[in-house]
Amino acid sequence: MTYMQKPKIRHPRLKKNDLGLTRRDYEGVLSTLCAGCGHDSVTAAIIEACFELQLPAHRLAKLSGIGCSSKTTAYFLSQAHGFNSLHGRMPAIATGANLANRDLIYLGVSGDGDTASIGLNQFCHAVRRRLNMVYIVENNGTYGLTKGQFSATNDKNSKSKKGGNNLFEAMDLCALAIQLKAGFVARGFSGDKAQLVPLIKSAMRYRGFALLDIISPCVTFNNHAASTKSYDYIRDHSEAVDKLDFVPAQEEITANYDEGQTVNVTMHDGSSMRLHKLETDYDPRNADEALMHIRKRYAEGEVVTGLLYVDQEEEDLHSLIETTERPLNELSMDELCPGSQPLEELNNTLR
Amino acid sequence: MTTDIDLVRTAGMPPTDISDPQYFHKVVDCQWACPTHTPVPEYIRLIAQRRYTEAYLLNWESNVFPGILGRTCDRPCEPACRRGRVDEKPVAICRLKRVAADYKQDIDRYLPKVPTKKNGKNIALLGGGPASLTVARDLMPLGYHCVLFEKDPRSGGLMRTNIPAFRLPEKVIDEEVDRIIEMGVETRFGCEITSLKAILDDGFDAIFVGTGAPRGKDLNIPGRETCAANIHIGIDWLTSIAFEHVDTIGKRVVVIGGGNTAMDCCRSALRLGGKDVRVTVRSPRKDMKASDWEIEAAEMEGVPIFDNHAPKEFVVENGRLAGVLFDKMHADYDDSGRRTLIPTGEEVFFACDDVLMAIGQSNAFPWIERNIGIVFDEGEMPVVDKLTMQSSLSNVFFGGDAAWGPENIIWAVAHGHQAAISIDLFCKGEALTRRPAPGTSLFSQKMGLHEWSYDNDVSEDRRVPVPHQDLDLALKDLSVEVELGFDDQLAFKEAERCLNCDIQTIFVRELCIECDACVDICPVDCINFDFNGEEDEFRARLRVPAENKDQDLYLSDILKTGRVMLKDEDVCLHCGLCAERCPTGAWDMQRFAYVEPQASTAYQKHNMAYVR
Repeated sequence: MTYMQKPKIRHPRLKKNDLGLTRRDYEGVLSTLCAGCGHDSVTAAIIEACFELQLPAHRLAKLSGIGCSSKTTAYFLSQAHGFNSLHGRMPAIATGANLANRDLIYLGVSGDGDTASIGLNQFCHAVRRRLNMVYIVENNGTYGLTKGQFSATNDKNSKSKKGGNNLFEAMDLCALAIQLKAGFVARGFSGDKAQLVPLIKSAMRYRGFALLDIISPCVTFNNHAASTKSYDYIRDHSEAVDKLDFVPAQEEITANYDEGQTVNVTMHDGSSMRLHKLETDYDPRNADEALMHIRKRYAEGEVVTGLLYVDQEEEDLHSLIETTERPLNELSMDELCPGSQPLEELNNTLR
Repeated sequence: MTTDIDLVRTAGMPPTDISDPQYFHKVVDCQWACPTHTPVPEYIRLIAQRRYTEAYLLNWESNVFPGILGRTCDRPCEPACRRGRVDEKPVAICRLKRVAADYKQDIDRYLPKVPTKKNGKNIALLGGGPASLTVARDLMPLGYHCVLFEKDPRSGGLMRTNIPAFRLPEKVIDEEVDRIIEMGVETRFGCEITSLKAILDDGFDAIFVGTGAPRGKDLNIPGRETCAANIHIGIDWLTSIAFEHVDTIGKRVVVIGGGNTAMDCCRSALRLGGKDVRVTVRSPRKDMKASDWEIEAAEMEGVPIFDNHAPKEFVVENGRLAGVLFDKMHADYDDSGRRTLIPTGEEVFFACDDVLMAIGQSNAFPWIERNIGIVFDEGEMPVVDKLTMQSSLSNVFFGGDAAWGPENIIWAVAHGHQAAISIDLFCKGEALTRRPAPGTSLFSQKMGLHEWSYDNDVSEDRRVPVPHQDLDLALKDLSVEVELGFDDQLAFKEAERCLNCDIQTIFVRELCIECDACVDICPVDCINFDFNGEEDEFRARLRVPAENKDQDLYLSDILKTGRVMLKDEDVCLHCGLCAERCPTGAWDMQRFAYVEPQASTAYQKHNMAYVR
């Protein structure tokens, strides 16, 4: 097989960001996934988002478990930190890393198998703990790496490629995350980067747990006529509740929007999300409404996308357990190990 | 997504018609820029495969003189080369052409057969240069009897007389010129034409005028006549060297002029004994007409170039040439970029023994009677049809420098091909405007998963410099070739830099599922899926705005989402990654072959046999 690497030659007029980097400087090694895999589009959207956020790669940690989706962290930001963990155990690694160094951006990439089956426990607890991370699920409803069995997110009415019936109900990860009080819950589609890129950028700037459930068709096993996670099905049945603009901190909001139509969400670093409501009576700040809307539209055969829920006030794990403001690697030896007297004082408070 | 499909369909640009052969032809920048439309990428692939004979033949069929052109061509293909837009320098196309010529095997058995039974038509070819020789080559296989008139004792025209042997060895000229003469062309060497009427009276069925632009321009400034013995017209002087009438020159030489002839003059002077040889140009250096590589070569041999020096006077001392006096100039450009040269008031004197003048050439037709039906324009140039090469006298055709003034060899060959088509049509009594169509083909190059019949892995190597003869050795002898040419290893390395622009990206709208895989993988961001619009507006909104308007946009018809696929051809690497990444085969890499029509289909058939 004459498989080649992507040529390093780039367009001579490719745009550079303030760091002097082009989009291509955010690439990783060439994907070995199937041609046309939705995951590769998600990778491209992550690259685009990091480029537009002017992110220095060494401020980002990529984390993943096992599966097609979990391979993709190799395909973007080669210069970033990375940990490819055990199957379903990415949240545990993310928790440890996050506690040690709170200054990095944690980007977990997982799949429907890695998250909704083997890693469901870990996923739920990471949400509960308000871990400050972006958790991307590349959701294709199938176990692609083991030849196309149904996953826990596959819709009950969605048949296998060979026509086999799915007996079990689908798990909606967005609904689950809202229920567990995730602060930022969105659903995207790998085939719609115009929607996806601002969602990823906003999620990266959000402090708290941000879930991005991205429908990402498996071209090999789940892109057939009887699938509900195919390119065609999602294009025909997806319905965006809002349109999101990400506005970086240094940019002023100049345009005027009708208050009833637009919601501004300011984030901790001063940047903001501008949400243009497409469903006029939908308010993404109301968890009950969000849950109801997801369920209602699902019953009607529609897949709602966009920023489904956002909590502007969320406190992340570090605030909840009152950790030190600085990463552990910036603390001196005296601060890390204050000696026997402070230990004695601490013990006394517990007696 | 909901879109009013009909509304979108009516707005914006129409889908690209890829059934028009000129669309993909234009994507092959080198072939498009070549006046004879030589299939460059195809012969470069053959060179990479060490199939030098085939590479040579493919060239020979298009441009007739690959060995000569591989050393001396003006290379319009190289500034056009797509590699030059993504990398520092274009592919060394010309030098690769020479590789084919240097390493080919005997080609005689592949040459078209010339019928022994003639068709009874007699064609006069005036002048023995590349234009006339091309006409002969194209017409001989059709059974025409061609008679070639040449004032010099050998044919080849300026290729022989004006290009010094250190750039173009005589044996290379002999081989390629004799190949045509040996097809059975009747030659009348040493025969200077003094009357076109006399030729017309000889009863030829058609006459082709390929007499070039043989008159070197002179400079009438003070001292010109007094110093005549030491002031030489460049092209005449070069001709005298070629025929060994001249073999020395003074120690101090001033060359006036900034074109390729000036470069040949100064370098020849160095080899005939010149020690202090200088080139002087009126204009600023950047406006010099000489090719960059010719200027480079002259400077490498130690010739200084003095720009902004306008000759004012040939200074005479004791009745002979003492030197040249120049006005120093200053170039002024107005808003439209038009240049005026203004004297700065400063004068410069260069002492010298000889002056070589290479300030341009002009046509001269004192031998064409003005009352025989050939219309001349106010510039004393014959009126010639741009397409058919026909003059106002229906059986007289012009080509090469004789048609519209000085050009170069490759243009002369292109004119020759067109004139041959016209002469053939004319002799058959057919309309000259009904020209034969080009031969084209388009075939998928897919061999298997990630496997293509061409090497799609894009080389990131820099342009390979050509090895040169040792300078001391080169300067000792006029006939020692300076450029040594690539060996097979260097040739392979350089050939690999070719981007295979003739392997086209073909998009089938019906198969596309709009998964974005091609957009994501394209290393140069040339693929877009977006809503249609007017061209300028659409160009500006692409992933990387398509600022190079000389390059076309490849637009699909409307897709399921209401968008269109738009590809900017500008810097596409033809790497095929879009096709490798496409899950449905909506993209394919297909080789587009384009063969320019010629009078004899023998060449075209042969050519097509290769490209299949």
